[in-house]
Amino acid sequence: MNSQTIKQDNIAQQLRFLVGQNLLSSISLILFGVYVFLALAGPYLVPYDPLESNTAIALQGPSSQHFFGTDHLGRDVFSRVIVATRLDLGIAVAAVSISFFIGTFLGALAGYYGGWYERLIGRLADIVLAFPLFVLAMGIVAVMGNSLINVIYATAIINIPFYIRIARAEVSLQRDRQYVQAALLSGNSHFRTLFFHILPNCLPNLIVQISINMGWAILNAAGLSFIGLGVRPPVAEWGILVAEGADYIISGQWWLVLFPGLVLMLAVFTFNLVGDTLRDLADPQKRK
Amino acid sequence: MSIKAKKLLSVSKLAIDFETKKGTVRAVENVSFDLQKGEVLALVGESGSGKSVTAYSILNLLDANGSMPLGEIIYDGMPIHKATPAKLKEIRGREISMIFQNPMSTLNPIRKVGQHLRDMIRNHGYASWSNIEKEIDKLLKQVEIHDLDRVKNAYPFELSGGMCQRVMIALALACRSRLLIADEPTTGLDVTTQKSIMDLIKNLAKEEGLAVILITHDLGIASEYCDKFVVMEKGKVVESNSRVDFFSKSKHPYTKKLLLATPSKEGKVEDLTLEKPSYLNISEPEISEKPLLVVEGLRKTFIKKTGSFLSFVKGKEKKEEFVAVKESSFSIYSGECVGLVGGSGSGKSTTSRMLARLDDASAGKIIFDGVVISDISSNDFIKHPYRKDIQMVFQDPTGSLNPRHTVFDLIAEPLKRLGESFNKNSLDQKVESLMLQVGLPTEFMTRLPHQLSGGQKARVGIARAIALNPKFLILDEPTSALDVSVQATVLQLLEKLRRELGLSYLFVSHDLHVVKMLSQRILVMKEGIIVEQGETSKVMHSPEHSYTKQLMSSIPIIKEKLAIEAIAAF
Repeated sequence: MNSQTIKQDNIAQQLRFLVGQNLLSSISLILFGVYVFLALAGPYLVPYDPLESNTAIALQGPSSQHFFGTDHLGRDVFSRVIVATRLDLGIAVAAVSISFFIGTFLGALAGYYGGWYERLIGRLADIVLAFPLFVLAMGIVAVMGNSLINVIYATAIINIPFYIRIARAEVSLQRDRQYVQAALLSGNSHFRTLFFHILPNCLPNLIVQISINMGWAILNAAGLSFIGLGVRPPVAEWGILVAEGADYIISGQWWLVLFPGLVLMLAVFTFNLVGDTLRDLADPQKRK
Repeated sequence: MSIKAKKLLSVSKLAIDFETKKGTVRAVENVSFDLQKGEVLALVGESGSGKSVTAYSILNLLDANGSMPLGEIIYDGMPIHKATPAKLKEIRGREISMIFQNPMSTLNPIRKVGQHLRDMIRNHGYASWSNIEKEIDKLLKQVEIHDLDRVKNAYPFELSGGMCQRVMIALALACRSRLLIADEPTTGLDVTTQKSIMDLIKNLAKEEGLAVILITHDLGIASEYCDKFVVMEKGKVVESNSRVDFFSKSKHPYTKKLLLATPSKEGKVEDLTLEKPSYLNISEPEISEKPLLVVEGLRKTFIKKTGSFLSFVKGKEKKEEFVAVKESSFSIYSGECVGLVGGSGSGKSTTSRMLARLDDASAGKIIFDGVVISDISSNDFIKHPYRKDIQMVFQDPTGSLNPRHTVFDLIAEPLKRLGESFNKNSLDQKVESLMLQVGLPTEFMTRLPHQLSGGQKARVGIARAIALNPKFLILDEPTSALDVSVQATVLQLLEKLRRELGLSYLFVSHDLHVVKMLSQRILVMKEGIIVEQGETSKVMHSPEHSYTKQLMSSIPIIKEKLAIEAIAAF
């Protein structure tokens, strides 16, 4: 209602406002920080070598010495879970960046030029989405070979369609705005206009998608290694930890599954919540 | 007591607060006015004056963070500022109705017009099953819709904006409302449609005793149709007068400024502000002998493909042609401003886009400076040396600025892309001098568009357009999104630049009165055809085509304006 130009708040102010509005968002941001910290510094902090086995203390429950207990080879589960953070997040970041760049590029072309570009790229996205995504990822890894890099590619491929769709929708909305015509009048080529003028204005929604995608990508990577694709033992990875622990549930060693599972679940939860938080930050209308 | 009983609505000492993250903001303060049956009250003000909020508060339609800490609103003896939600629900619709700026979006797109009316009548229990259709027909006739069956069975998107607004008014009448709040009901409609809608509202007030609050930024409309005026500025009432007193006794400088800035039939662009602009001592640029731009038989058609997918496969695809611009021819000499006037859908925007070489023409020639530029495709024209000679100022000052670029980036963009090579310092200097030229303080250089007011954004758009020293500028409704007082200064700026730089303009607008102030010649366009062209004074005083005459008579004017100018001079 008030037309006076209000100076835009800096990010710190916005964050403070947001935290005041929504406790859940602030929790998600804190957890996000913790995960990033663990991924960076985890291997230097853990009390034991995650790969060092000592059968004398195999299958011990949680204690003050081993917070999450030990596994069938006497390895410290706590150390293994913490160290695995870097690998899991690494796979997710690599996969999501690949799908972000490829998907956004294709989607932007489809949205800007329309016509055959749009039909072709749109149908491509539809084809990928027609498969059950996890099964598709399994298939890709199986065909391309069982390796870490192929897990990353598989995860990237199944996420590309989401970026195509968002970028296409955003670009085709922005394309008709007058600043685009102004950019063309100023002598920008269509390509330059698209990538230097339109795309930066589509970024907020894409960033939200990145965050939500991170959660899926972590789950996907863990899922693939759970069924024995991609990362293989003895490397510490959440999916492998859960898979190894699954054999011992019946015999009562619950800690082998519970702790890695819990950390995995919390990671996915965190990235989804951060996505919501970012969307609220990006869109003032959604601030209540 | 008897006087008080006659008042339908009385607002006294109203204040409205909004809770924001920066604390409580008082949007409106100490607003008082009265309204009687059959009266039309104009709530006039520029954007941000609090006029809409005031009107919304009558129905308690404020956003969740708004509140009314002070004052009272008495409707028909009832204090409705403290009415319960249930009571308010009864008053809304039944006693007080509202119509909005964009009627298309107010009507539910998936329900037919007849269904809307049926629901409304039935909810309020004004008709039984047996006579409901008759009642609807009566209402539609009241709002001067005679095509009853078609309109009743039409979805809102199948009707024009003016028709939808009539349906909205019919909905308001359906529940026998006694007070109608109209929030800019004709903004975005053509002048001819605007006239018919406003005539209708005025008639309803006269004949049915409907009280109307008209929220508007346009003093022209207000002066033509309203009995009472409340002028608001920055949340306060600065002037509250009846019709007679408003034009003869208005004292407040803001009211005077508004009255002056409202375009009139005779007024010149230098009369829009109290101080005379400085460009008057710059002589008119010489008009060249050879035309700068010649347009011959320009035509634009859009092809719509119809038919099913199968027909495409069989090669039986139907192509429907829609002609946006039909064989238009005109020329523009350098140093001259030519106005292009027409209603929505008249093809004036398509024409300007083709001249700016953003779109390719379907047929015809555009000759610029002796070169046939219509032969160069719009894609190739981006890199053509003539690109910098033809620039454009856009309609929407907000939408035409990239929200992520600072003022510096925005103005420097064409210089970087098309200008001769600049180093950092000379670029800074050039942008600075451009900003000064359009009257922007240079400390705004690092601001983003949302930190600027509408008028400042318009100035950035103009600075960007003249950055490359173009020969020809297309002004596509450059002031239609601005408040009148801002419009006045922007128009003066454009006139100044034309005289200083010897620019040629094509001024595209729907408002004949705005166009005629800047233009030496005027083209009138209707349904893709230029129906009239000639010297401004000739078109204004002895229009030949019936459409020009219709346009002229539809624009509301302040008849009392001459008297005001006398006051201002005094």
